[in-house]
Amino acid sequence: MADQDVKYLKFKTYLNAYCPYCHESFNVEKKEVKQLNFKAVYKGQEVSVKLSPYLDVFEIETSVPINEGEVLDDLVCPHCNKSLINRDMVCGECGNTVAQVIISALSRLIPFFICLKRGCEWHGLTKADERRIKLKIPRQDMPEQDKTMRIHNHQEVPYGYRSELASLEAGRCLQCKTPGCVEGCPVNVDIPSFIKLMREDDYDGAAKKIKEKNVLPAICGRVCPQENQCEAKCVLGLKDKPVAIGKLERFVADYERKMDLVRIPVIKNKINKRIAVVGSGPGGLTVAADMAQFGYAVTVFEASHELGGVLTYGIPEFRLPKSIVQFEISYLKELGVRFELNHVIGNILTIDELLVHFDAVYIGVGAGLPLFMDIEGESLGNVFSSNEYLTRMNLMKAYKFPEYDTPMPKGNKVVVIGGGNVAMDSARTAIRTGSTEVTVIYRRSRNELPARMEEVHHAEEEGVRFRLLVSPVRYIGTDYNMVKSVECIRMELGEPDASGRRRPVPIENSNFIIECDLAVVAIGTGPNPIIFRTAPNLKRNKWGYIEVDPETNETSIPNVYAGGDIVTGSATVIQAMGAGRIAANAMHKKLKGK
Amino acid sequence: MFQIVRKQEMAKGTIIRFDISAPKIAAKIKAGQFIILRVNETGERIPLTVADKDEFSGIITIIFQVVGKTTALLRSLHDGDTIKDVAGPLGKPAEVQKLGTVIMVGGGTGIAILHSIAKAFKEAGNFVIGIIGAKEKELLIMESEMKAICDELVVTTDDGSYGQLGFVTQPLQKYLEERYDIKMVYAIGPIIMMKNVCGLTKKFDIPTMVSLNPVMIDGTGMCGGCRVKVDNKMKFCCVDGPDFDGHKVDFDELEKRNALYLKDEKISLLFSIK
Repeated sequence: MADQDVKYLKFKTYLNAYCPYCHESFNVEKKEVKQLNFKAVYKGQEVSVKLSPYLDVFEIETSVPINEGEVLDDLVCPHCNKSLINRDMVCGECGNTVAQVIISALSRLIPFFICLKRGCEWHGLTKADERRIKLKIPRQDMPEQDKTMRIHNHQEVPYGYRSELASLEAGRCLQCKTPGCVEGCPVNVDIPSFIKLMREDDYDGAAKKIKEKNVLPAICGRVCPQENQCEAKCVLGLKDKPVAIGKLERFVADYERKMDLVRIPVIKNKINKRIAVVGSGPGGLTVAADMAQFGYAVTVFEASHELGGVLTYGIPEFRLPKSIVQFEISYLKELGVRFELNHVIGNILTIDELLVHFDAVYIGVGAGLPLFMDIEGESLGNVFSSNEYLTRMNLMKAYKFPEYDTPMPKGNKVVVIGGGNVAMDSARTAIRTGSTEVTVIYRRSRNELPARMEEVHHAEEEGVRFRLLVSPVRYIGTDYNMVKSVECIRMELGEPDASGRRRPVPIENSNFIIECDLAVVAIGTGPNPIIFRTAPNLKRNKWGYIEVDPETNETSIPNVYAGGDIVTGSATVIQAMGAGRIAANAMHKKLKGK
Repeated sequence: MFQIVRKQEMAKGTIIRFDISAPKIAAKIKAGQFIILRVNETGERIPLTVADKDEFSGIITIIFQVVGKTTALLRSLHDGDTIKDVAGPLGKPAEVQKLGTVIMVGGGTGIAILHSIAKAFKEAGNFVIGIIGAKEKELLIMESEMKAICDELVVTTDDGSYGQLGFVTQPLQKYLEERYDIKMVYAIGPIIMMKNVCGLTKKFDIPTMVSLNPVMIDGTGMCGGCRVKVDNKMKFCCVDGPDFDGHKVDFDELEKRNALYLKDEKISLLFSIK
């Protein structure tokens, strides 16, 4: 059966229900109250039952209280007094008797069953109808590149929604009065409003709605961990899967870009003050965009030769195409933001020097210093930090070697140490370079994997193997100083530690060897010391990250703000953007007052 | 875009000197610091230590030996051509103090970097003894510049075609044996030379600084590709260096790590010829 033959009854659809015998309607509408009225028999006694007419809403009113779990003896039509019980069917969930009514939906009359057990919320269609009609729209998946094909290229994996899928998915939203999703979003995008605009087929308007709060929707739609943020707070998620907010965001952003509907807002009130932003990652770009829209003159300093920070050097092409990053940045350029490449702040200009030329400074340099485990053999050839591996592949485009000059690290058997998103990115990149065997080594169990489930799932589909509860002890090299294998030790989970996760404890004498000819260490990053050398008065916490006032994100130096990984340690793109937003608002408030 | 103001070929064309217009970097860079450059869109990032600078006209001088794809590409550039990206200054500057008598040992292209550090030490008021060496007379660079800076200068060549016959370690040993007022030795050159100098000075217990040149990508501490073992601890050359206490550096490991990409270098060169 083709996809388009399947019809959906949307969540909360208003049902018109009729008696199958006398064809009278059960619906009662009195002013605000909308109900389905029935008569029922309960313990030999006649009672009246009132049900909600909305699909999947289970408000039941009865004249006699009926306890949870008790079953009605009979359900009777109030007009013809005939029993509605259908003996040929039983409840799909609890096996109790069911009553049959007729509903009119999708321009036809359809038999519809309701379970008679109080508290059981089962309702269904006949087998024949079930194939063509779904009672709920399931969460729509994005079509994606086939796994056997995508491991041979570096193109993006999901293709994104088609407009039909997008409108189906948008139809699932309940348009809550007090939306949890908005709270869950670090930059508080007005999610219900943009979905409402999508339902009205105004995709352009929806994109503009998102851009009020989020300047990088095409990026966030792709790389935000929505399952922990907006989608985690979605009411639908309680019983079913939440609305795919990220996928919808991606759809409207892509639509706007592809249809060439991006418009640069005219900034009316120019403010004669200058803002310096250090680092062109997601946080820096947010500050730059916000401040430019307030009317300030903004200059962004980037140490590398390419803009975008982690979006460019870290996240691989197949997860976030670089053309999209460049497009989003070109929007800022048109807003009037100036970008200075190859500027390592702390060396070429210090924070103090910036404060001479600028009214406020935002530090969003990220946490870019890779951590190593400090075990034997880490300096062998083909042992990389994930930063080096991904920088070579993404920023320096080593996957196009020798067309590009940076050599491509390549191995037949690749081992990736760590369980975060960066580890998944490294493993999936390795698969694409033609490695036959890629193994992820993580010291805790599957439940503790910090990576997004979607990424773990994609990695497994592509053939990445997981060795869980395992930690490396040393690397063993060949005579030519290339890594040959990694010796590991098995772990077990002990008591929970400070982070609330169960601490992995090594099991003695459980060492074993995994062969590999390339190893990527993806165990996290720390703060980069460069900027602090020439700014000793910048207060830092015991981990070396910058201390800020959480209300304003201002540092110990007045008019110097900071946010993102350099304040919190490794986190997500959208959290950096959220920190940037707080700083931008505080900066504007402070500078405007002067 | 950074313009090449002047190009000069030295040592039979194997060593090239570029004066590049980069005013902001020239204003800030100190002896011992380096830059990272990328020639064009498809280029790789390579670190080069700055040999000299002129704040007034905004010029930095880099001197490099042609060893691989990128340096060969650089050689093909001429006066007025541009380099796409130059980022700097990077690394920690050399710690220059007034100590008394210091010996500056340089070999091959290392003399270029050594010369700026020697200059800084001389300006700080030290008595500077220079020992520079090369394979043969034609490959010796910057002799006149070093002569102008150093209070005493010894030149050695491996084949004896100029100056003393032999390696830089021989006159160094002689100095160390004869003079008791030597406070510090700075050695910059091929890894094997720095290793031997450090072996020698360790016997005499004289502090020795070396400038390391591992493989680097970003040069800002981000990739960890330039990790070196110093005092049995992992250090990142780009943010903790490039100058380290020579007695604590694990030279064997550095030598091995620097040899890792020789094969890829060949592939890249062959590709560019095609």
